[in-house]
Amino acid sequence: MTSLKSYLLLIMVIALIVAASLGIASATNVRIAVLWSDALIYLLVLAIAAFAIEATHKEHLRAPWRHVARRPLAMSALVVLLLYVVVGLLDSVHFRQALEPQEGQTEIHYSGEELSLLDVILTPLREQQEKTYSAPFATHLYMKETLERDGIQIRDYPRLTHAGSHLDDPEKDKVADIVLKTLLALIEALILWAVILIVLAALLARGKQLTTGNVVKAILRNNTEIPWLAMLVTFGMMLLLIMFTVNLAGSYHILGTDKVGQDVLYLAIKSIRTGLVIGTLTTLIMLPFAIMLGIMAGHFKGWVDDVIQYLYTTLNSIPGVLLIAAAILSMQVYMANHPEMFETVTQRADVRLVFLCMILGITSWTGLCRLLRGETLKLSQLDYVEAATAFGVGHFKIMTRHILPNVMHIVLIAVVLDFSALVLAEAVLSYVGVGVDPVTISWGNMINSARLEMARDPVVWWSLVAAFVFMFALVLAANLFSDAVRDAFDPRISRTK
Amino acid sequence: MFAYIVRRILYAVPILIGINVLTFSLFFIVNKPDDMARMHLGVKRVTQDAIDSWKKDHGYNKPLFYNSNPTTGNAFTDTIFFTKSVRLFLFDFGNADDGRNITHDIYQRMWPSLAIAVPIFIIGILVNITFSMIMAFFRGSYIDVGGVVLCVVLMSISTLFYIIGGQYVLSIIFKLVPISGYDTGTDAFKFILLPVIVGVIGGIGSGSRWYRTIFLEEINKDYVRTARAKGLSERIVLFKHVLKNALVPILTGVVAVIPLLFMGSLLLEAFFGIPGLGSYTIDAIQSQDFAIVRAMVFLGSVLYIVGLIMTDISYTIVDPRIRLGST
Repeated sequence: MTSLKSYLLLIMVIALIVAASLGIASATNVRIAVLWSDALIYLLVLAIAAFAIEATHKEHLRAPWRHVARRPLAMSALVVLLLYVVVGLLDSVHFRQALEPQEGQTEIHYSGEELSLLDVILTPLREQQEKTYSAPFATHLYMKETLERDGIQIRDYPRLTHAGSHLDDPEKDKVADIVLKTLLALIEALILWAVILIVLAALLARGKQLTTGNVVKAILRNNTEIPWLAMLVTFGMMLLLIMFTVNLAGSYHILGTDKVGQDVLYLAIKSIRTGLVIGTLTTLIMLPFAIMLGIMAGHFKGWVDDVIQYLYTTLNSIPGVLLIAAAILSMQVYMANHPEMFETVTQRADVRLVFLCMILGITSWTGLCRLLRGETLKLSQLDYVEAATAFGVGHFKIMTRHILPNVMHIVLIAVVLDFSALVLAEAVLSYVGVGVDPVTISWGNMINSARLEMARDPVVWWSLVAAFVFMFALVLAANLFSDAVRDAFDPRISRTK
Repeated sequence: MFAYIVRRILYAVPILIGINVLTFSLFFIVNKPDDMARMHLGVKRVTQDAIDSWKKDHGYNKPLFYNSNPTTGNAFTDTIFFTKSVRLFLFDFGNADDGRNITHDIYQRMWPSLAIAVPIFIIGILVNITFSMIMAFFRGSYIDVGGVVLCVVLMSISTLFYIIGGQYVLSIIFKLVPISGYDTGTDAFKFILLPVIVGVIGGIGSGSRWYRTIFLEEINKDYVRTARAKGLSERIVLFKHVLKNALVPILTGVVAVIPLLFMGSLLLEAFFGIPGLGSYTIDAIQSQDFAIVRAMVFLGSVLYIVGLIMTDISYTIVDPRIRLGST
């Protein structure tokens, strides 16, 4: 298949998705609401799809990716990353539900709250609110309340409304109930895993004159070129966690509830999108500037180089956190004085999120720009660029056709290495008070609101632990994967091997 | 050498002007002083009189760039740009929005910041070099692989976790050190201990990994092969030859950070209640004191540029082959 065909296929798929979602929206009486960050995410997905199409049709791009695909650790990390990405994408399709029409009203009014597909999937988690804190798997509230029992008032821990309410005597039945449900989850996960293994084997066996059974054996003996076994084991573990959640989240708060009684698991899952948005959109926003200015500085030299160097040295001199703080503070003042610009709370929070990405982008493009400038300076000395100049090829064409493709590996390495640092930075910035909006659900905000609870007795640890574990899994996976990408694409490293 | 340094300092001037203009436009052009006053006095139900008197008290009741009827000085000096931005070049930071003198505050708060930042810096380098040397010595073995994996894991953990975890384990469970606070003199030790431990552990992951690559790069060089061919033991090769040469990139790499130690660490100081410049900055951000934020942006930029110049000078000191100023 040529790349043109792939692009046509891509466009058809997009058209289908858009048509289908519009159809579903009109059938279910909702209005699709595209937030700024959603739009940018769709753009990013398109860019990645186009990049993938390019990469599959060019041998010199395919080779390093094959190198990545052979590393078990990197591919396992990729499985975890993809799971996060799926959650993040589900959480990036927003819509507003139509309100019940009032008497004598003809036009439809829409709810002031944007919901995402993920919210719909997690409806039980979202709606099962308690009064305040409760520990993971607890059946009683964290704090005592005055209750009336048999006509006398006593102070005791009240039962939770949504956790363990199906049990008659929680003290006695709870452990048995949890064990039973866990076993059920284990069995379900195993069955699903086996099904996926066989489907995968059947797909791999297709057109290779192998039976599915042989491929299954090869996978289980870890005898395949791509480390399917490692990926499947990782996926199996994820599957186990998912089935565990599916079975137990309806009847318990697996990770407890927070101060206002919201399910911590829900908050931790919703935070995934915020983390991914900051990690990816920041890069998406800064890339065009970094690439354009870096290549221009290296190609034109002279005063253009001086101006661009001056620009990035100046921006680089300002301590990052302070520049972000200054920009966000200005933004806050601006938003406080222009409340009419934002229709809903979510929209305001979203604009702030995109703005934060822009500011993070401004503080982080300088490093990449300097690298690109240096590399371009080196490349423009090479014979083929000089030949192009001698033939009278224009500046723009030299930069895009001859230099850009040869610096793309630097860009790619910078992108994957930046991601994890940005996810971690979000938590720190939210703590300082210049991160995402307080109403945006993010790991930083979770940590921020829970950190004072460590002094309580008994300790309220679950919010913190949930946020840290979810963040750790994402960052670790990203770090492991980016290491493999760097090894594969960095010509300096691959030569020594 | 001297001429080079003078040139570098002169080169810093346009950069500082750029920073100044940038912060000025962020604070005064995007938002008018009126907006700022409204923010401080509460957004709703503020009379124009209250805004005017707030602006007068804080010296914002002037035109931005050009004053057609100046009360003091001339048309260009009696403006916000001159009194609030240009004065920074003389390290005259003026007063904070609550009326305190910023320069005085900075002198006071510099010492607690240094008390934390300097030990973290020195102990951190020593620990990282030791750790990366062990990995380089056993390169290719399970110790090396395990070390690298440990580094990646340490890098993936949020600093906030180290801080909160450290406070919980050492202060709440074992009650070894106070959770937060600060004292002068020798009493300061028990308050400094935990932040320093947390700061060092938080830096091990990325630091050791970086040093390890430097060591490994050095180990593959020709002079090391020669040393081995002479029959020197691996231990002597590593400690006498590789360590000395690897210290060059390590030291020149960390020199740039030294001036910034004055700024302190935002997170550590805020969490451990240390009255340094880091917590000063955070307090200013949270109470939206623009005067302090502006002063800290300027101070931080100056220190960063000083760090760059120091890096260049340190190259000539450790590597005599490099001569500055000849180009």
